[in-house]
Amino acid sequence: MRDQLLKLKEEVLKQLKECADNADIEKVRIQCLGKKGDLTAILRSMGGLSEEERPEIGKLANEVRAIIEEEMKVIKEKINSLEASKKVKSEVLDITMPGRIPEIGRRHPLLQAKEELESVFMRMGYDVVSGPEIETVANNFDDLNAPYDHPSRDWSDTFYISDDLILRTHTSPVQVRTMREAVKENKLPVRAVCTGRTFRFDDVDDTHSPMFHQMECIVVDKGVTLANLKDSIDQFVKELFGNNVTTRFRPHNFPFTEPSAEVDVSCHICMGKGCSSCRGTGWSMELLGCGMIHPNVLRNCGIDPEIYSGYAFGMGIDRVTMVKYGIPNIRLLFENDVRFLKQF
Amino acid sequence: MLVPIKWMKQYVEINTDDKTLADKLTLTGSHVDAVIDYEKKVTNVVTGKILEIEKHPNADKLIVTQIDINKDEPVQIITGAKNVNVGDVVPVCLEGAELPNGLKIKKSNFRGLPSYGMMCSYEELGFDDKVIPKEARDGIAILPPDTELGKDIKDVLELDGSALEVEVTFNRPDCLNIVGMARETAATLGTKFKFPEIEIKNEQGDIKEYLNGVEIEDEDLCSRFYAKVIKDIKIGPSPLWMQRTLMDAGMRPINNIVDVTNFVMLELGQPLHAYNLEALSGRKLIARRAKQDEKIVTIDQNERSLSDRMLVIADSEKPACIAGVMGGYYSEINDDTKIMVLESANFNPKSIRETSKKLGMRSEASARNEKPMGYVMVELANKRACQLIEMIGAGTVVGGYLEAGRSEYEAPVVTLRPHRVPWLLGVDIPVDDMLKYLNLLEIESTFDGEKIISKIPYFRTDIEQEADLIEEVGRLYVFENIESAPLLGSTRVGRKSDKRNLEDYIKTILCGIGLYEITTYSFISPKSYDNICVSSDSPLRNYVRILNPLGEDFSSMRTTLVPNMMEVISRNSNRGVDNAKLFEIGSIFIPKEQPVVNEPHEKIKLCIGMYGNYDFFDLKGIIEAVLSRLGIKVSLKPVTDNPSFHPGRTAAMYVNDDLLGIYGEMSMEAAGNYGIDHKVYAAEIDIEKLLEHKDTNWKYEPLPKYPAMVRDIAVIVKDEILAGEMIETIEAVNPHLIESVELFDVYKGEHVREGYKSTAFSVTYRNKERTLTEKEIESIHKKILEQLERKYEAKLRM
Repeated sequence: MRDQLLKLKEEVLKQLKECADNADIEKVRIQCLGKKGDLTAILRSMGGLSEEERPEIGKLANEVRAIIEEEMKVIKEKINSLEASKKVKSEVLDITMPGRIPEIGRRHPLLQAKEELESVFMRMGYDVVSGPEIETVANNFDDLNAPYDHPSRDWSDTFYISDDLILRTHTSPVQVRTMREAVKENKLPVRAVCTGRTFRFDDVDDTHSPMFHQMECIVVDKGVTLANLKDSIDQFVKELFGNNVTTRFRPHNFPFTEPSAEVDVSCHICMGKGCSSCRGTGWSMELLGCGMIHPNVLRNCGIDPEIYSGYAFGMGIDRVTMVKYGIPNIRLLFENDVRFLKQF
Repeated sequence: MLVPIKWMKQYVEINTDDKTLADKLTLTGSHVDAVIDYEKKVTNVVTGKILEIEKHPNADKLIVTQIDINKDEPVQIITGAKNVNVGDVVPVCLEGAELPNGLKIKKSNFRGLPSYGMMCSYEELGFDDKVIPKEARDGIAILPPDTELGKDIKDVLELDGSALEVEVTFNRPDCLNIVGMARETAATLGTKFKFPEIEIKNEQGDIKEYLNGVEIEDEDLCSRFYAKVIKDIKIGPSPLWMQRTLMDAGMRPINNIVDVTNFVMLELGQPLHAYNLEALSGRKLIARRAKQDEKIVTIDQNERSLSDRMLVIADSEKPACIAGVMGGYYSEINDDTKIMVLESANFNPKSIRETSKKLGMRSEASARNEKPMGYVMVELANKRACQLIEMIGAGTVVGGYLEAGRSEYEAPVVTLRPHRVPWLLGVDIPVDDMLKYLNLLEIESTFDGEKIISKIPYFRTDIEQEADLIEEVGRLYVFENIESAPLLGSTRVGRKSDKRNLEDYIKTILCGIGLYEITTYSFISPKSYDNICVSSDSPLRNYVRILNPLGEDFSSMRTTLVPNMMEVISRNSNRGVDNAKLFEIGSIFIPKEQPVVNEPHEKIKLCIGMYGNYDFFDLKGIIEAVLSRLGIKVSLKPVTDNPSFHPGRTAAMYVNDDLLGIYGEMSMEAAGNYGIDHKVYAAEIDIEKLLEHKDTNWKYEPLPKYPAMVRDIAVIVKDEILAGEMIETIEAVNPHLIESVELFDVYKGEHVREGYKSTAFSVTYRNKERTLTEKEIESIHKKILEQLERKYEAKLRM
């Protein structure tokens, strides 16, 4: 019986070595350890052994079983890992094939820029305010101190709805509305930014559109100075164009500010060295207009210019957007060709 | 404006190079757009006098000339030019000469005869066509007969120097001339400024012997009129220096009289007009309104029809000039004019602007008359012109003058409290410096220990109050030299209105689920309402009209965003984009009355538009996604009578009885009107209503502990029964235990009778406190079937 056991052991170990997959092992297991298996049969026949032999053979039989089981485990693991690696191999993908992109829409580039500007100013403490596209002549011109014979009031410059109503020609009337409301609700000081549509009697060409967009900021408080205005604009320009950009304040004229200035930003192409796009000046022209709010305007809004001062600055958004994205023609902004919109 | 630096130097000391000058002027407010270099690359071109002209023996179109260039022998030059005569002095390019256009002159042979160079034109010397003297435009430059011969043309024509291209702001018409810019330059550089000395040396006779009078009939259109008379006029070219001065300032020399008036206009900013006195009926000039439809033939020989809003200067019978805009033909100065009236005046700027616009005649003069220089300059300029005419020998000035209207100028006084300067500018500037700056600008200013008292000169009508003086001080101090200082006060972050936040949120959602944002004009064509098939009595047709639109197609402020959306879809579709999901958030305009008097209502709308491989339920899904994120539950009503939309595929959204918007498939006719032959889906939703009904106070609900059970039910109902209503009915059976109801199949066809459909719902049951039993569910499920049978005559589908 002892020999039988040892022989069985050798045989089973040999069979196990030949196993190719888990099914083979299972077959071997059943044949050897199963209810009707060879080892089980041997164990069953132990009843015929003598008292002395029984423990010895029993011990041996258990050892054989342990060895076989251990070997079976090792072989199984080997096969499993082999199969796993085979499976992995069969699952290898060409990861350079295209992904399935869920469709993501896009914000219109102009409105994206508009909102970015608003965000910059919100971080700087400006509230976002708005006003109607159809404005009163009073808000758009009169109260902003525009001379009564100013050409911008002409029918050839401004769209009229009635003698007293127009399509706003700039976002500045929102200044008037904001200041009046602040006075009415006792909410001075004011820090506000407004962006929106504006309209002028311009035929459509590569750089003109009868509808365009502006951004406007105002600050009214006690002790606000031109030095503060310069600082705000410096901050804003750096925020918008990065730290490498420099600005230049040139005196200018707007009816609603006094003093007034225009701000040039160093040419984005030559970084201020002078090139053909900036006509050799190193400055890209007229990023924005600004100034200290004209005392007449403050008075028109019910604010005493002896106590309060303020500044305002504004700029066109369309041109900044076009420069930012390299868009050569303003028409593209309003055509809304999906292939255009997809690019931003 | 073009400012030749050489010209300016006659009135101001300039001690810097051009580039520095340009930068400094820019920083004090005269924005120099460009520095234009007049230095011309010209070598070996000299003056020469034509001694002889002979026809070329072998060529009809050529002549052979002998030219004296102050050498022993004349040079022979063969030319095809037609405007040369014996005795003319011309620029001669000798062998080896180089011209700005790169041309190099060599000895050459014309049909057997040698030519040792060429005569050249102003254009070949590098001048722009628009400044070349009239008589030299189509040929060789003819120089004055007394020009020294053999001289380098660069010296004779002064082909050097430079000009500044200056952008003059609206408030500073006094800088639209050389003297004004010289004054600014002096103030900027701190150097001396000198106004031209005006002195007429030899006046003869009295104006009253020649001119019977000048009158102003309409003082609102003409506030001052001043006239002098010049006799013994000899029309001819003006001297070379004057021609060249004008040319460098961008103006074409015409003749001595015209050149003088242009010279003075450029020098002092005051336009002048000259009349042939002998042509004036009654020897009178009257500033009056034109009669309605009155005619005048202007110097360009076109007949113009005038209106009673325009000012003319008339003789006793007819208009002699459209005041400040263009002269009349019959009274024009011509080569035979012997005696003339020289007018200078102040006109109403608005009237001038309107007249020149209406007649399509805008000139350097009309542009300057739109920004008058004031009463004082009227007289100065007229006398200056007389002085020049006398000086260049173009005529004899008659003594005296005739005038009408206001002439006095009393300098207004504006005061400046020095402490207000740092208060507004944020920089301390000593009072002495303030005084220095103001006086440099010729604003006579003194300090009385408390305030600066400034007398405002006639040319600075823009200065009205303290802030204006502060600006003057600030700009001469130079804004760039003011150190930035951070704003003090509040440090909170800015806010947006709830409406704006909602708009932004909706945009974020829509972009997140694949829609593209568009933006379109606020004005549309009134035809758009027909194009989207708006019914004739629809309130959408009650729109705000633009009185002066760019064209009929831009004349209606939109009452709906749909037409623009349709246009964008049509454009994309035509360009081969095969599908798109788009949205716009924008204003619509609703008049309060017609004609519009009060500010119209402006409402913000959301418009969605899509075409391609989508259907109604894709659109509905998008809208439901937005609504669900806003916590809005709407009920839907089919819309069958809106001609813009498909009568069977359109829904109106309500919260209670409040209409939020409408969506569906565009009607075939509407799509067809935009040339679209496939299905288009559109929605228009009121953003204000969304804001009103928004409820996003999300609250935590405990996660379910007990399992849900799902039972399906399929019933056959008539086609017209609405699935939405059936779902509501099912939910109402036991709102406590029915967690959700989902429609998962609608079937028509085999085994279902014509006019009927099979609808299958999946009902999810859950009790939050315990596990539901089979029995409980059975009983609810039975009730559901009963309800469906009772309400909709539904039959269980086996």
